[in-house]
Amino acid sequence: MNGNRQKLIEIANLRKYFAVGGGIFSKKQYVQAVESVTFDIYKGETLGLVGESGCGKSTLGRAIIRLHEPTSGKIVYDGTTIYDSEAGTAVPMLPYRRKMQIIFQDPSASLDPRMTVGEIVGEALDIHKLYPGRVERRERINQLLDEVGLNTEHANRFPHEFSGGQQQRVGIARALAVNPEFIVCDEPISALDVSIQSQVVNMLEDLQQEMGLTYLFIAHDISVVRHISSRIGVMYLGSLVELSESYELCNHPIHPYTQTLLSAVPLPDPVKSRARQRILLEGDIPSPINPPPGCRFHTRCPYATDACTQSMPALKEYAPGHYAACHKLDGQ
Amino acid sequence: MRETDTLIKVEDLRVSFFTPAGEVKAVDGISYALGYNEVMGVVGESGSGKSVEAYSIIGLLQNPGRVIGGSITFEGEDLLAYTPEQMRQFRGNKVSMIFQNPMTCLNPVYTIGDQLMEALTCHDKSISRQDARARAIEMLELVGINNADKRMDQYPHEFSGGMRQRAMIAMALICKPKLLIADEPTTALDVTIQAQILELMKSLQKQENTSIIFITHNLGVVAEICDRVSVMYAGKIVEQGNVNDIFYQPLHPYTRGLLASMPRLDEDAHERLIPIEGTPIDLLNPPKGCNFAPRCKDCRKICLREKPPYADFGDGHISACWLHFMEAMNKGVGAE
Repeated sequence: MNGNRQKLIEIANLRKYFAVGGGIFSKKQYVQAVESVTFDIYKGETLGLVGESGCGKSTLGRAIIRLHEPTSGKIVYDGTTIYDSEAGTAVPMLPYRRKMQIIFQDPSASLDPRMTVGEIVGEALDIHKLYPGRVERRERINQLLDEVGLNTEHANRFPHEFSGGQQQRVGIARALAVNPEFIVCDEPISALDVSIQSQVVNMLEDLQQEMGLTYLFIAHDISVVRHISSRIGVMYLGSLVELSESYELCNHPIHPYTQTLLSAVPLPDPVKSRARQRILLEGDIPSPINPPPGCRFHTRCPYATDACTQSMPALKEYAPGHYAACHKLDGQ
Repeated sequence: MRETDTLIKVEDLRVSFFTPAGEVKAVDGISYALGYNEVMGVVGESGSGKSVEAYSIIGLLQNPGRVIGGSITFEGEDLLAYTPEQMRQFRGNKVSMIFQNPMTCLNPVYTIGDQLMEALTCHDKSISRQDARARAIEMLELVGINNADKRMDQYPHEFSGGMRQRAMIAMALICKPKLLIADEPTTALDVTIQAQILELMKSLQKQENTSIIFITHNLGVVAEICDRVSVMYAGKIVEQGNVNDIFYQPLHPYTRGLLASMPRLDEDAHERLIPIEGTPIDLLNPPKGCNFAPRCKDCRKICLREKPPYADFGDGHISACWLHFMEAMNKGVGAE
C-alpha cells in the first residue's frame, strides 16, 4: 500500500526505561515507558499517536528525536542510522536538529520568560548559524512571525504579554525557524481553549501543505488526532497496540483497547451519544514499573484468556496497512 | 416549568472582581431556573465566568470577588441573605460541589474515611461514629469502590485519579444534597476513566434524584449527560435551551461557531474546521456592544453599539443576538 512512498523515519524495537529508586534502602527499578515499539513514518504524512496519560506517547516522541536517549533499539532518519544500540551507533544530533523539531504542550512553560519573542525565534537561527547578517536575520524572524499569524511588532514583546494561543504560535514559529522536515507535535493544542484549538489545527495543516512537513502528532483527544492524521497509532502502557490508516482505525478498530477508547469518547450529538452502547473498562492503568506479564492490556481486557497472561502479542498486519497486537485476532 | 418545580432560581446575577487594575465583571447579569431532578450544563471557555457563577451559589467566592447584584433563590429562600453560619449549614447539606482536580481537594493527611465521616458529622451532630462509618462505607460502595472497608483507612495518595474522583463524588453525595455542582469533574481524567465517571454520575442522578449543574468546556460531555444547556461567553449566557435544541438548532453565532470548530469523531470525510477567529475579550475593558461582536462573522453596526436582548424561541430556548431581531424584522413579525 505504501510501496511508492518514501520512509522518512524508521524505528525498530525502540525502548526507553527510566530508572527510579536505587538509593540505600530501595531497590533500583525501571519505569518501562516505551517497550519495543516499531513503526515507520512516511514523508509528508501526519502520524497520530493516541493513548491515555502515562502510556508513553510523549516519551516515544522525544526518544525519536533523541531528546530522551533511548535505552535500546534503532532509529533511521532518511536512510541514515542515527541511533542503533546493537551496533553502538549514536551520531551527533546537531545537524539533525535542523531537520527534526518539536512543539511542546504547555506554551507558557516552554518559552523563556526573560527573552523576547524575537530572541526566542532567533536563537534557533544563531545556534545553527543560519541567516548570519543582521538584516537577513531580522527579516527571517518577521517572515516566521507572519507565517504563524503574528505581527512583526510582536517580536519585541515578552511571552507573558500573549494569550495561550499566541504563545503556542510563538512555539510553532521557533520550531519552523530552521526549516525542518519533521516536527514532533507533543499535545500542541490540549492546553488551549476550544475556540482557539481549531485555529492552531488549521494553521498546522496549512504549514504542512506549504512546506511539505512531516508530523508526528501526539494527543490524547482522538477526535483531533483523527482529524489531522493520515495514520494513527494507539499506545497502551508503553506498547503500540494498533496502527492503521486513520478512518479505517476509527471505523473498524480491531484491538479491544482501541474499541474501548473509541467508545469512551463523548460525541457532541445528544441522540447518538445516548443511543450507543459503551464498553466500560474495569479499573485503572497498571503501573509501568511492574507492568503485567504477557499482553499489557490483559488485566482490563474483556476477552483476556490464559495465552494473554503468558506472552506479549506481536504487532502483525491483519489487513493491508492495518496492524494490531492481540492474541484474540490470531485465533480467528 | 411551574414555579413550584423550581429548585434554584438565579436572577440577573452580577459578580465582579475588584482588582488593582479595575473592575472585572466576571458574571454580568445571568438568569436561569433549575428544576428538581434536572441536569443543566454550563459550557464556556476559560474566563467565561462559568465557575464564578457556581461559586457564588455555594458561597465560596473569594476576595476580591463580590456579588454586586441580582438574587439567588433556593427553594424560596434568598441565599445571598444567609449569614456565614447559615451558609455553612446549607453547604454540603443541601448543595455540594465536586471540583476539577481531586488531588488538590482532598486533604492529604486525613484518611478517605475520616474525610467522608467529617461531612456527615458536621451536619448531623447526633450521628454515632459507627453509624457514620457504616454510611461512609455504603457510599463508597455506591460509587463503585471495591474493598470499601479497607479503602476507608487509606490516604488520598493511595488512590488513583479516577478513584479519588469517585471518593469526591461519594463525599459530595453523602448528605443527600438536592443540588450538586460539578465543576469540570472529568477534565483532569483520561477518556476511559471519564466514561466511567459519567456513567456513574448518570446512574446516581437517577437513583438519588439530585439536580446537577454540570460545568464543562467539553460539548461531548454535555451532549451525554445534560437535559438543558447554558452557553456562556464573557460573563453572559448567550444561549440557553434544551440539549437537542442547542446541538441540532443552535441559534447564537458563538454556539454555532463552537460546534463548527470541533473535530468530530463521527464525521465521514475530512472537513476543514471553521475556527472562531480572534481571541476572547479582555474583561477589564469589555466592548460597549455585544461581547462577541469583535469575533462574530455576522457583526453589524448595532452589535458594536448596544448589548443584544434575548429572543425567545419557545420551550425555554433563548438566544441573545441582534441577528434574530433583524431576521424577524425582515419577515415583518415581532420576535417576542
